[in-house]
Amino acid sequence: MKELFLLFGEFFKIGLFAVGGGPATLPFLMDLTEKYDWFTMKQLTNMVAISESTPGPLGLNMATYAGVQTMGVFGGAVSTMGLVIPSIVVIILIAKFMEGFSENRFVKAAFWGIRPAVTALIAAAVLGICKVSLFVVGGEQLQPEIKTICLCAVIFGLLQIKKLQKIHPIVWILSAAIIGIVFRF
Amino acid sequence: MKQYFELFWAFFRIGGLTFGGGLSMLPMLKYELVEKKNWVTEEELLDCYAIGQCTPGIIAVNTATFVGYKKCGIAGGIFSTLGMVAPSLVIITTIALFLEQFMGNKWLGHALMGVRAVVCALMLNTVLALAKKSLISPLCIVWCVFIFLLAMFTEVPTILLVVMSGVFGILFNGYAKGRKSE
Repeated sequence: MKELFLLFGEFFKIGLFAVGGGPATLPFLMDLTEKYDWFTMKQLTNMVAISESTPGPLGLNMATYAGVQTMGVFGGAVSTMGLVIPSIVVIILIAKFMEGFSENRFVKAAFWGIRPAVTALIAAAVLGICKVSLFVVGGEQLQPEIKTICLCAVIFGLLQIKKLQKIHPIVWILSAAIIGIVFRF
Repeated sequence: MKQYFELFWAFFRIGGLTFGGGLSMLPMLKYELVEKKNWVTEEELLDCYAIGQCTPGIIAVNTATFVGYKKCGIAGGIFSTLGMVAPSLVIITTIALFLEQFMGNKWLGHALMGVRAVVCALMLNTVLALAKKSLISPLCIVWCVFIFLLAMFTEVPTILLVVMSGVFGILFNGYAKGRKSE
């Protein structure tokens, strides 16, 4: 029971401080891997991969997954509620009392500083995910997974081509799963 | 009661049929809420998107709460959000429970390795897009690098970094603006 409260509390905090949507929850989830033994970094990469390739907002999927991983079905519901409740409260307060919230001088100024920081936080988290996904962490040494790195580089390159940016992410994900099976990644 | 159920169902469909959330959800939101249901105008939807981006939490959830509240008050906000949350909860819980059992499967392992490669590419791409949008002045770049180093090499909690950045913005934004107008 105490663990459930802890889970709720941690995700409540994430819901309250993760500014910038789904990807912004990633650095917080990484904090959790260091703070508790709920899930490992390796499991977190699986969560991200699954959350990206299933319907629903990334942030919600990751929260549900993390909760289920930690404490089963009930854990999934608790973590998701924890994540969502601050949003409901904050948004209703803003909709009710703060006309022109996003035009407010102080809000604008604060976000002028928060946006580059969120970019930095997400960048750091993504590098962590890349490290675990593209390298085998065995002992002290990092063993590169050559095939995975190549595929990642090719797709990142393709994503920079304007015409290909319209392609739905799920198409990339499905083709990569097939490539993975065919070439025995 | 019927209208609450309608809100729930509309957001249930949106949550269950879009991948990725956030920005990738906008076309679907527009189709369901503006064109099909006429619940909000396109301008209102974009406004609420802007608010969703500068308030904490998942953008899709913020948008659902906002539209639901506009339509039917607090209960409307809650029902919309529950609708958005329900598909994720069901789909992910099912996968999370069963996937562990299949984790040893060789083929699933190969497929997941491939998926990981794409996920890395997509995420790196997200970072690039964010950087283009957020690094609008030299001071922003300096701050971004500073926070990046703190996040990579120190144990400073993420919450503290976010709060610090808000304070930094309030203190220095005027300075940056003043220089621009000169």
